[in-house]
Amino acid sequence: MKVIEISCLEVWREISNYIDNDVDAELRARMEAHFKVCAHCTAVLDGTRNVVKLVGDGIEYLVPEGFSRRLYNKIKSA
Amino acid sequence: MRVMEATKSHLEIKEAELIQRACNGDKEAFYSLVHPCEGAIYSVAVSILNNPEDAEEAVQEAVLKALSHLTDFRGEAKFSTWLIRITINEARLKLRRDRRHLYESVDEQRASEHGEYFPKDFADWREVPSEALQRKELGEALKRAIASLPLKYREVLILRDVQQLRIEEVARILGITEGSVKTRLLRARLQMRDALAPGIDGSWNSGKQEYRKVRPW
Repeated sequence: MKVIEISCLEVWREISNYIDNDVDAELRARMEAHFKVCAHCTAVLDGTRNVVKLVGDGIEYLVPEGFSRRLYNKIKSA
Repeated sequence: MRVMEATKSHLEIKEAELIQRACNGDKEAFYSLVHPCEGAIYSVAVSILNNPEDAEEAVQEAVLKALSHLTDFRGEAKFSTWLIRITINEARLKLRRDRRHLYESVDEQRASEHGEYFPKDFADWREVPSEALQRKELGEALKRAIASLPLKYREVLILRDVQQLRIEEVARILGITEGSVKTRLLRARLQMRDALAPGIDGSWNSGKQEYRKVRPW
């Protein structure tokens, strides 16, 4: 299959979808061929993948102490 | 009605039962619906308001609104989707009322659907910052980076990458198309990368010349 080249601009536009496995087979092949020859886009891909992983694993917005109890009381007295 | 219910999952039936009981004034049932969502609704509220006290207020207001509008909930989506949506609207309202938006970054105005966003540097940081930072510091650094994003991107990042909701659910919560979700998510992720990349303190400036040439601005 002949793979048609794509520009870095197109790669950046699709990089988030690529990480989520949300690109069709043809686009995936073109992007992968591009990553093989473009260090810059590979760096962007690695960095963005890291971000998704870090955000998914590393963030916890813990509810404040007593939050549930106060919320429950609000509901009860409504 | 019985035939339809037989095909629903156990969880859906449980939720439908709880909603019915809540509509009849059973507040314990209502709290049973709300309690599993607390983490999610708090996290979206605090990501919008950047303040735990305001976030808690917004959550309480949202939950009370949900309680008084429970009969409007038609069960087309999950209860959590509906409650998250109400919470986001309540948090945004609070932001506007408190005029906090006046202090939002300039990027807020530039963040339109039509503008492109280009990644800012191409430094190779395959070495993940967590190898250099303690877990707590990392969590704080991530939260600061998220807080620096324009509001529209922040909301999508929280829902998709923190809460791990599906694109279609994020679209439903925010009332936008899936295409818009994906565009905002792309920009959120690229901006996060720029905020966290080691180049931020200039440490890559002494690197290769060709990196500077390809910067698009």
